[in-house]
Parts: sequence; structure tokens; C-alpha cells
Amino acid sequence: MTTDQTQAPAIRVRGVEKSFGDLHVLRGVDLDVRAGSILALLGSNGAGKTTLVRILSTLLSADAGTVTVQGFDVATQAADVRRTISLTGQFAAVDEVLTGRENLVLVARLRHLKNPGAVADDLLARFSLTDAGDRRAGTYSGGMRRRLDIAMSLIGDPPVIVLDEPTTGLDPQSRIEVWQTVRALAAGGTTVLLTTQYLEEAEQLADRIAILHDGTILQNGTLAELKQLLPPATVEYVEKQPTLEDVFLALVTEAPTSTRKEA
Amino acid sequence: MSTAALADTSALTGRSLRHVLRSPDTIITTAVTPVALMLLFVYVLGGAIDTGSGESYVDYMLPGILLITIASGVAYTSYRLFLDLQGGIVDRFQSMPIARSSVLWAHVLTSVLATIVSVAIVIGVALLIGFRTGASVGAWLGVAGILVLFTSALTWLAVIAGLSAKTVDGASAFSYPLIFLPFVSSAFVPTETMPGPVAWFAENQPVTSIVDTVRALFAQQPVGADIWVALAWLVGILAVAYGLAVARYRRRVR
Repeated sequence: MTTDQTQAPAIRVRGVEKSFGDLHVLRGVDLDVRAGSILALLGSNGAGKTTLVRILSTLLSADAGTVTVQGFDVATQAADVRRTISLTGQFAAVDEVLTGRENLVLVARLRHLKNPGAVADDLLARFSLTDAGDRRAGTYSGGMRRRLDIAMSLIGDPPVIVLDEPTTGLDPQSRIEVWQTVRALAAGGTTVLLTTQYLEEAEQLADRIAILHDGTILQNGTLAELKQLLPPATVEYVEKQPTLEDVFLALVTEAPTSTRKEA
Repeated sequence: MSTAALADTSALTGRSLRHVLRSPDTIITTAVTPVALMLLFVYVLGGAIDTGSGESYVDYMLPGILLITIASGVAYTSYRLFLDLQGGIVDRFQSMPIARSSVLWAHVLTSVLATIVSVAIVIGVALLIGFRTGASVGAWLGVAGILVLFTSALTWLAVIAGLSAKTVDGASAFSYPLIFLPFVSSAFVPTETMPGPVAWFAENQPVTSIVDTVRALFAQQPVGADIWVALAWLVGILAVAYGLAVARYRRRVR
């Protein structure tokens, strides 16, 4: 993908500050996310990732600074921003009492789409949830639930999607499924902002990586650019041991698919 | 309200009605306590109570029992709202382009509908144990109107509680004083039998005027000035609770 310098960023954050009482969570955040790219926002717990995401999605107002999404200001054009952006992950819940299908129909109705039932069936099929569609979301496994959550946020084809820690608490297989979904989204032209505390996830998915620390963006660049910040690599010979994850994935993916259960 | 706001409210009301239908115990437990109280008062205590009105005791105390039913029913509204806020589903709704107030209105409409069902169950049991009324259609509509108004006023109070609560228990605890209020009113015994200060409180708190109005409507008697006092209380509580609830919601979700 080539960088198109003339295109305005899909998300533009300038000088955003936010405090809760004496706690200065964000102290002047600047960040751009190019349209159609995946940006991973890395940070430890409490770094302010969720606060920034809540400001982006109009759930919280900033104390200072400006945020625009596709050119709409979150403070003054909140309704337009809400039409543009979709939120999923850590705190955007699914309704556990409703079935998977009812969750999707509800969101389709709230987005005033013409044929909510058809939209729901289509997404159930896309996310391999058709068989589970009539079961309550409360009975879903972690991976299925996260897929439902992402499916809900795709309704209405929003151009910008925010995934707040989308794989926290998932097993390795489900995590890879979510990664595939995110890659497919970006390939389709959706702008993705992803927050994560897993460095590997950022390496795997992101076009650019921004590190949020102490309320500001410490570094922002491609993986290669970030790696150049450290002294050049020295060559060492080490015996290549498979990681436990390699072993686990080799064992479970070689098992016949018919015996694999999603539970 | 605009068409979009109505559509959003109806989609979200459908959602919370499903919640109620899938845990019907909330409607049943709402009706069980008032029914037990009614049986206790009619068959155990009622024989010793002289209401001085000549009507059967179940006829005398049913209005108070209905208010208790409503007060315990709205506790589930603050409970459901609290869980929605805590579980993050409200964040999801508010990050979408929906009418801002539709989340609250959906809970309020669900509360009114669920409470009507509980009240109907209690009236059904009352009829079984001897409650009789010759009330006209107009009088029944009057009773229904007052009860719906009472439910709406208490529901908006429940919304404030649900928005302000820090724990699940706190979310429903606000209803205990409301459930208790009919006991210190004309609902079960005439206020003249109470000692001075208690009688004064009972005479001047909202439940007495509401109970007296509903009782008069059921007994086909003139409602007198009571209905205006009752309506003033109900509209007043409704307006104040609505204003506070909406202000609190705006502060909370922006």
C-alpha cells in the first residue's frame, strides 16, 4: 500500500487532554490514522487507551484539544461521528439475554436499515454463527462472542472501526480468527484503530504502531521504524525451540476438524 | 418526538420487553408479595380492623395493595437500567447514531407495561377472594389512569436510582421506603385511629389522596377534592423525577 499524502487522515487527534480529578490521564495526545490502514495503539493497563477511545467515539468529552473522524469534529458534530465510527471490544457489550440474531437485528434497526433480518442472517453466515444464531449470546464461547461483537459493529458499513482490546481473554485460535477478520476489514478499505496490550498483536496486524505512555504518544511509526530506534541487531546463534504456542496450535489444528468443538 | 426517535425507542423497548419475558419471575415476584400481604390482611388481621365504612375489607385495602405492587415492580427497572449501564451495552447504544433519550424511554415503557401485568394479576387474585366493584367503564379508566400515572412517576424515580447506584443492591433499595409508605396512610386503616403526629403525616403524604381516590372510584362514590390533590402530587413527582433523571443521564453519558 502506498502512502497517499494528499488524503486527509480518517482519524485526527490534536493536543487532547483529559483529567479525572487530579489524575491527568491524557496530557496532549497527537495521532493520525490514515484512511484504510490499521493503527495499533499500544499501552500498558491504565495508560489511557480506553479514555482516548471513549473520546473518539463521543462517549466522553476531552478537556482540551480536537478530534476529528472523517472530518467531523467529535465535540460539535457528534451525530455525524456516530454515523461514521463503530465501537467494539472491551466495553461495548453484547446483550446476553438476546440471541445472536436478535442482537444483530437490534443494531440494524437502530441504524435504520431497510431489511434488518436479512442483514443479520448475512452477518451470521459471514462470521460462522448461523448455527448459533438462535441461541442466547450468554451461552457463547469467548471467541463466538467476540465475533458477534465485531459483526454488530460492522452493521451499516461504518468507514472507521475502533477495536478496544479485541483479543483480551481469548484462546489462541479465537485470537487468530479475530486477526483474520481485522485484516479482511482493512483489505476492504475500512480504517481500523486497534488498542492492545499484546505486542505480538501489533506486530501481526498493524501498518503503524503508536505507543501511548504517561498520557502522550511516545513513538509512532511502522514496525521497521520502531525497530530502528534500538541499536542494530547483533547476530547470535541460538537453538530454535518451538514455543508452547507453536506446539499448541500444531496439535489442535492437526486434529480432524469434525472433532473440534467451539465451546 | 421525531420518527427516528420513536423507531429507536420502540426497538429498544422490544429489547427490554424480551428481557422481562425471558425472566418472567420478575413479574411474578412483583405480584407475590402484594398478594401475600393481601391474604394476610384479609384473613388474619382484617377481622380485627374496623374501617367504619361498612364495605368489605378486601374492597377497602385493594387500592393500597395495588400501590405496593407498583412500588415493588419499579425496583426491577432501576435494577435493569443499572445492569445495562454496568455491562457496557448503554455505551454501545450511545456510540451509535440513535436518539439520545431513547435508552431511558425504553426502560420507562417496559416498566409501565410489566407493572400493568403485575397489577392485573393482583386484581385477579383479589376478585377470587371476594373483591367486588360496580365501577363503570369511566371509573375503571379513571383508576387505570391514576395507576399508570403513579407507575410513571415512580419509574422516573427508579431511573434516578438506577443511574446513581454504585451496587446492584443500591439500585433497588430505593423502593423499600416507597413500598412502606402505604402502611402509614389510609390504605389499611383509617387515619383517625393513629396518634396525632402520625395521623398528620398520613393525611398529608401522597399515598392517602391516591388511595382515597381509587377507593371512591371503585365504590362508585364522589371523589371530591382528593382526586385533585392526588393528581397534583402525581404530576409534581413525575415532573421533578423526569427532570432530575434526564439531567443525571446527560451528565453521565454526555
